[in-house]
Amino acid sequence: MEIVSDSRLLLATLAPLLGAGLIMVTGRKPNLREGCSLAAAATLFALVASLVPEIQAGKSLRFTVAELLPGLSIALRADAMSMIFAVSASFLWVVTVFYSAGYMRGLEEHAQTRFNACFALALFGAIGCAFSDNLFTLYLFYEIVSICTYPLVAHHQDEEGYEGGKKYLVYLTATAKALVLPAMVLIYVLTGTLDFADNIRSGILPADAPRGVVTALYACCILGFAKNGIMPLHHWLPGAMVAPTPVSALLHAVAVVKVGVFATTRVMLYVFGVDTMDALGLGLPTAYFVSFTILAASIVALSKDNLKARLAYSTVSQLSYIILGVALLKPAAIAGGLVHIANHAFAKITLFFCAGAIYVVTHKKNISEMDGLGRAMPFTFGAFALASLSMIGAPPVGGFITKWYLLLGALDAGSLGILLVLVASTLLNAAYFVPIVYRAFFAKAAGNPHPPAFKEAHPAMVIPLSITAILSVAVGVYPEFFMRFAQSILP
Amino acid sequence: MFEPTYNATFPVLSVLIFSPLLAAAIALAFRDERLLRWWTLGFTVAAALFSLPLYGRFDASTAAFQFVEDRSWIPALEVRYTLGLDGISLLLVLLTTLIMPLCVLASWRYIRTRVKEFMVCLLVMETAMIGVFCALDFVLFFIFWEAMLIPMALLIGIWGGPRRVYAAVKFFIYTMSGSILLLVAIIALYLQVGSFSIPAMMGREYAPGFQCWVFVAFFISFAIKVPMLPFHTWLPAAHVEAPTAGSVLLASVLLKMGTYGFLRFCLPITPQAVHVFMPYVLALSVAAIVYGGLTALAQSDLKKLVAYSSVAHMGFATLGIFALNRPGIEGAILQMINHGITTGALFIAVGIIYERLHTRELDQAAGLGPRMPIFATFLVVFGLSSLAFPGTNSFIGEFLVLSGGFMVSKVMVVCAVPGVVLAAAYMLRMLQRVVYGGTRNPPHAGVTDLNWREVLTLAPLVVFVFWIGLHPQPFTRVLHASVERLVEQTAVANASELTWHD
Repeated sequence: MEIVSDSRLLLATLAPLLGAGLIMVTGRKPNLREGCSLAAAATLFALVASLVPEIQAGKSLRFTVAELLPGLSIALRADAMSMIFAVSASFLWVVTVFYSAGYMRGLEEHAQTRFNACFALALFGAIGCAFSDNLFTLYLFYEIVSICTYPLVAHHQDEEGYEGGKKYLVYLTATAKALVLPAMVLIYVLTGTLDFADNIRSGILPADAPRGVVTALYACCILGFAKNGIMPLHHWLPGAMVAPTPVSALLHAVAVVKVGVFATTRVMLYVFGVDTMDALGLGLPTAYFVSFTILAASIVALSKDNLKARLAYSTVSQLSYIILGVALLKPAAIAGGLVHIANHAFAKITLFFCAGAIYVVTHKKNISEMDGLGRAMPFTFGAFALASLSMIGAPPVGGFITKWYLLLGALDAGSLGILLVLVASTLLNAAYFVPIVYRAFFAKAAGNPHPPAFKEAHPAMVIPLSITAILSVAVGVYPEFFMRFAQSILP
Repeated sequence: MFEPTYNATFPVLSVLIFSPLLAAAIALAFRDERLLRWWTLGFTVAAALFSLPLYGRFDASTAAFQFVEDRSWIPALEVRYTLGLDGISLLLVLLTTLIMPLCVLASWRYIRTRVKEFMVCLLVMETAMIGVFCALDFVLFFIFWEAMLIPMALLIGIWGGPRRVYAAVKFFIYTMSGSILLLVAIIALYLQVGSFSIPAMMGREYAPGFQCWVFVAFFISFAIKVPMLPFHTWLPAAHVEAPTAGSVLLASVLLKMGTYGFLRFCLPITPQAVHVFMPYVLALSVAAIVYGGLTALAQSDLKKLVAYSSVAHMGFATLGIFALNRPGIEGAILQMINHGITTGALFIAVGIIYERLHTRELDQAAGLGPRMPIFATFLVVFGLSSLAFPGTNSFIGEFLVLSGGFMVSKVMVVCAVPGVVLAAAYMLRMLQRVVYGGTRNPPHAGVTDLNWREVLTLAPLVVFVFWIGLHPQPFTRVLHASVERLVEQTAVANASELTWHD
C-alpha cells in the first residue's frame, strides 16, 4: 500500500467548518444562507469524490495537521474504510440540504441559521471522524459531533426538546469521558502512540500487553463510543427524535450514528486488530453481545406506533449489524458489515425523509393514523416501501448485499447462533415495516376521507427522497462501488 | 521568538519584582480615578511585555536556575538575596504578568469605591506573587509568601460581597496557620544545612524521620494553599465574596503557590518522605477530583460552581505531581497554567454576568445566550476548556496527568475517572443553563452584550486556550530539563523500605 501526503484531506475536513462560518454570516438572507450550505456540501462531496480514484488504486492518503505530543497528533487519513463513510455522508448531505430547506421552510421553523450552522458543524465532525488517522483525532471529532448536535436535538426549545438534548449529552459525553478517554490514555501509555495501524491484522498494541488489560480496553472502546447505539446505552437515540426530521434523517441515520459504528469498528480493526481479537477470543462474544441489541431493538420497534420512534429502534438494530459483521472476524462478514455503513445510510435516510414529508403534509406522527395515505402520497410511500425492503434485506435492494455477506461470514465462522439471529431479525424487520406499507396503500381508515385529501409534499422534499430511494436500490444492484472499498480493507 | 532586550548583568528579576511596588507608590499620588485606572493598566501591560523576553532568553537545554541574582543580605543569619528561574517557575511568572492587566480590565467598572487603594493592592500583590516564584532563598521566599496575604485579605475584606469580612478572616486564618508550619520547617532545615539557600537544601541525605516531619509541615501549609481536600473550605467562601479581580488572582496565581511549593520544596528536599506519603496524597487528590466535581454539580451560585471546579482541577495537578514521573509532573505544571487561564477566564465571565444582573444565581442567568451571543461564545469556549475538551489546553494537561497516573497506579486513575465525567456534567449543565436556559427564562430586558473592554479582557485567554491545546511545544519545551532533574532528585532507590519512625 502506497502512503501519500495530500492536503485535500484538510480542505475536505475544513469545508463544512467554513460553511458553518458563512452560514452564520449570511444568516439574515435565507436564500444566500441555504446557498452557503449547498456550496459547502457540494465542495465537500467534490473533494471526497476526487479522492476516490486514488483510494481505488490502493493508495492511502495522509495529512498531519498538528503534533501535540510525541505520538499524539491531529492527523488525517483517507483509506478504503474512510471512503465508505465519507462518500455516503458527504453525498447525502447534498441531498439533505434541499430536503432540509423544504422541510424547515414548510414548517416555518425558528432559528434556521443556528440550525444550518450546527448542521454543518456536525458534518465537520463526521467527516473528521471518517478521516481520522489516530485515536486522538477520532476522539476529538467524535466529541465535536456530540457538542454540535445538541442545539439540533434541543431545537424546539420546549420541555421535550430540552429533555431529549439532556439525555443526548449525558449518554454521549459521559460514555466518551468515562470509557474512551481512559482507554485512550492507557493505550498511549502502553504503546507510546495512538496512530492507527496500516492494516487490520496486527493492531498497535504490544504483543506482551496483559490479556486482562487489553480485554478491558476493548470493552471500554465498544461501549464508550455510545453513538453506535449498542444496548443498554442506546436511549439517547430515541430521545433525539424530538429533533426536526432532517436531523433525524442525516444525523441520526447517517452521520452521527455512523460516527459511532465507524469509530467502534475502526478501533476494533486498526487498534486491536483481527489477530489480537482472535487470539483473545473477543470476536464471537462481541457478536453475541450485539446480537442482543439486534433482536431486542427490533422487538421494541414492533411496539412503537410513532413512526420516527420505530425508525429509531430500527436504526439501533441495524447499526449492530455493522459491528456484528466486523466482530465475526471473517473476510466476508467484515466486508458485509462495513458496506452496511453505506447501504443502511441510503435506505434509512429515505425512510426518515418520508416520515418528515408525511409530517409536513399531514402533521401525523403515528403509524395508526396513516391508513390510506399511500394513495395520496404515492411517491413518498413508494420510496418508503423500497427502503423498507433494504431494511428487511430483500433483493435487489442494498440491505440484501449486507445480509448475504453477513450470512456467508456467519457460516464461515461456523456459528449457528449468529445465523439464527440474522434470520430472526429479518423476520422481525419484516414484521414492523411491512404493516406500515400495507396500511398506507391498502387499509381504509375510519373517519378519514377516502382517498385522503392530501397531496405530495413540496418537490424539494419529494425529489431528494426519490433520489435516495433509487440509490438504495442502486447499491443493491451495483454493489461494486462500495464493495470494492470494503474488500480492499481485507488482508 | 522574542529578542532579548537586556544584557546578562541586568537585574531583570529584581526590576520585574519591585517595579510594581514603585508603580504602587506613584499611584498614591494620583487624584483622578480614570487616570489611575489607565496608569495601572499601562504599567501592568508594560510589565507583561517586559517579562516576555524572559522566555526568549531562557535556555531550555539546562535545568540550572537562570537570570540568577545573588547578593549578601543578612550575613549574620546566612540570609541572602537570591533570585532565579527554572522552567517550572518561568511559566508561572509569565502567567502572573499576563493575568495582571486582565485583572485591572475586569475591575474597570466593577470597582467603584476606593479605587486608589484597590489598584495599590493589586500592584503590591504583583510584587509578592512574582517574588514567590523567583525567590531562591527561603527567608526571601517566606517574606514574599507572607506579603501576599495582606493585600489579598484586603481585596476580599474591603471590596468583597456581603460576607466579605468572614471570608477574609477565614482566608487569613487558614493561610496563616499554614505559614507557621512552613516557617517551622524552614528553621528546622536551616539548623541542618546552616544556610537558607533553597538549592543548597535540595539533594541532601536528611534522616528519613526528619524528612517525614519536614514533609508533613510543608505538606499542610501547601495543601491549604492548593487547596487540597480537606483543607479547602476557605476557598469557596473567599471566591464567592472576593471581587472579580480577587477571584481571578486567587484562582490563577495564588492556588498555584501550593503546587509550586510541592514541586520546589517537597519533591527535591524530602524525596524519601514523598515516597512514603505518595499513596495517601494520590488518594487525597483523587478524592478532591471527585468531591470537587460532585459539589460543583450541586451549586446554584455560578461563582461557587467555578470555585469547586477549582478544587477538582487542582486535584489533577497534585495527582500529576505525586505520580513522580515526567508525564505526570509536566502535565501537572501544564494543568496549573491551564487552570490559571481557564478558571481565571470563567471568573471574569461570572463577573460580567454579575455586573449586568447583580446576581450570580444560575437560574437568574438562564437563557442569556440570545441576548449576549458574543459572551455566550466565550463562555462556551472556556466551559469546554474547563471540561478538558480535546483540542483545548486542559485536555493536554489532563491527558499527561492521567498517563503519568496510569504508570503509577491504574486503580487510582480509574477512581479519578468519575471526576472527569463530573467535570463534563457540571460545565455542560452550566453552559446549557446560561446559553439556553429552559422554557421559562427570566426576561433579561436591557441586558447588553460585551463591550470592547470586556472582549479585550477575554480574548487573550482564548488565544492561550487553543495555543496550548493545539501546539503545546512552546510551553512544554521549557519544562523538559527542569522536570527531568526534579524526577531524578525525587527518585529513591528503595523507597519501600522506609518507615515513618526511623
